Amino acid sequence: MGYGYPGYAGRGLRLVWIYPDLLSTYGDRGNLLVLERRARLRGIPVDVTLVNSDQRVPPDGDIYLMGGGEDLPQILATRRLRADGGLGAAVHRGAVLFAVCAGYQMIGREFGGAEGQPMEGLGLLDIRSGRGERRGVGEVVADVDPALNVPRLTGFENHQGVTSLGPGAKPLARVLTGVGNGDGTEGAYAGRVLGTYLHGPALVRNPGLADLLLTWAAGPLQPLVPAAEELALRLRGERLAAVGS
Amino acid sequence: MDQTTDMARRSRLPIRARLATTVGGAAATVSRLAGRGDGSVIGGVIGLRLEPGLLSLLAQGRQVVLVTGTNGKTTTTRLITAALGALGQEIASNAFGANMEAGLTSALSRAPDATLAVLEVDEKYIPAMLEATAARVVVLLNLSRDQMDRAAEIWMLARRWRAALAAAPGCRVVANADDPLVAWAAGEARQVTWVGAGQRWRDDSWCCPHCGSHLLRDGDDWRCGECSNRRPPVSWVLTGDQVIDPMGRARRLDLALPGRANRANAVVALAVADAFGVSTAQALRELRNVTSVAGRYTQVSRRGCEIRLLLAKNPAGWLEALDVLAPPPVPVLLSVNAQGPDGRDTSWLWDVDYRRLRERPVFVDGERKMDLAVRLEADEVPFQLVSGIDEAVGLARAPHLEVLANYTAFQQYRAVLGRAV
Repeated sequence: MGYGYPGYAGRGLRLVWIYPDLLSTYGDRGNLLVLERRARLRGIPVDVTLVNSDQRVPPDGDIYLMGGGEDLPQILATRRLRADGGLGAAVHRGAVLFAVCAGYQMIGREFGGAEGQPMEGLGLLDIRSGRGERRGVGEVVADVDPALNVPRLTGFENHQGVTSLGPGAKPLARVLTGVGNGDGTEGAYAGRVLGTYLHGPALVRNPGLADLLLTWAAGPLQPLVPAAEELALRLRGERLAAVGS
Repeated sequence: MDQTTDMARRSRLPIRARLATTVGGAAATVSRLAGRGDGSVIGGVIGLRLEPGLLSLLAQGRQVVLVTGTNGKTTTTRLITAALGALGQEIASNAFGANMEAGLTSALSRAPDATLAVLEVDEKYIPAMLEATAARVVVLLNLSRDQMDRAAEIWMLARRWRAALAAAPGCRVVANADDPLVAWAAGEARQVTWVGAGQRWRDDSWCCPHCGSHLLRDGDDWRCGECSNRRPPVSWVLTGDQVIDPMGRARRLDLALPGRANRANAVVALAVADAFGVSTAQALRELRNVTSVAGRYTQVSRRGCEIRLLLAKNPAGWLEALDVLAPPPVPVLLSVNAQGPDGRDTSWLWDVDYRRLRERPVFVDGERKMDLAVRLEADEVPFQLVSGIDEAVGLARAPHLEVLANYTAFQQYRAVLGRAV
């Protein structure tokens, strides 16, 4: 271990999972496990830190992960992250932030509270979210912005949010099946901050997106041996075929 | 069943309700004869269409126990029914897990003479079913993440339970004090029997349901670091294989059913039996005779292999079920589907820790076997993909096979192994 990536000699790639006690509703651990596995398979050492909501967010992480949550935990988590300041400092330093579902809404400028009222977000991505008319529940297929060179997204969404992007953020993908942001786009990114409505273990069926985040943090990656991702690619193919896209 | 009393009870129902139970019962019989199901829902559906207030009418004059929670509803309903059997009265029950309004209606219309009813209820329907049945006892087992593509989110569910129970002062609540969400949901009920039934799965209750602060935990004890919310004092406790009753007497449970979760369910059943005047000694004798519940824990022989069937539907259920497995090297067959009743989203697989399956042969089946395969790969659990239970039996070449499946996958295996299961 520890060869091939001089930047990580003596120090692992640091993955920080933000508030698993408040923001982990839908198998969010999957994203952490996929990033960890795909880094280790390439000989990149990894340190994993779980930060509960009564702990300080370390400012020196390489990739920060935020998961989904119900309305009340989402509001509480936002309040604590604002007061803590560690995540904001890390993002301004250039760390990678990957946020799904409730986490995606939280990193924007504004999101809908328990009664739909506007709540101030963390302001780390130029998006605004509110509450839509009906819940989007089901499989999602979306074509990723070609600039990111990531294959088609497949995942599951379960949210009632509607998100609009400001000039400082770009849509992550165009929706072929599903709801996404509500305007035909899905997710958003700017710099090394990326959010999506694909909830829970979104990276499991999208190893290309996992590798994008790893590349942002660790530079160009070695390809994996085919056997290491055969199962993930079979699952991916099966889900895309099931939706008929 | 005595036909004259059946007639007598029906004749107290308004004419439309009488017609509704008769037509519904006929439909259930047709459904059973046609082999389409056990008839536990269709009768209720038709009856309710003819008389929307049918459930309330059927519940009148009966003492109703409602059982809800994310896990253990069907088993606990069965155990309570067994314990109350000591009273020697007929008991109406939806023993096969049809737990929405139609299932409850069918259960009551099938047993018009029963003055007692023990009914499991889907978590979402507790407020409506409590109102419709004017239940004497409501049992709250636990609350954790489950099929969130169709169920409401659990903090919201807890809030609805809390409001409904606060509005039912005549109802006794039997609640698990070790689950902070359940304790909070029962917190405004007038009469509560608190049971220390334990909580293995804690990933949905790290934070205070009242104020959101991080909960402080010490063993089964918990309290909020910020507000006054804390674990209520319990009158029934499960500790190891023993139950401690409100008088402080300890007794061994010695159940035929396996696992910690079922011991917890049994203690809840004893608390309910006590509320109906059944002594713990009497109730325990009945509980020990329960060996399988709607196919769960059943052992069957298939091509020389003894198969045991376990059902688990969500992360908390899998956590408890993995505890029940016979130790390695007994092989395990896991099967996962994602049909409507299972939840169409398989994300929950990532909330289960499979690492302890590393030391035994593992077979993976089900309509979503690839989701499970990728999950096991991430936990570095070696496995083989199979198609159907017979392939697993053939490959295992072992005297025993443990089978763990989620809802529709479990039903598919039952169908293969015969309805006797």
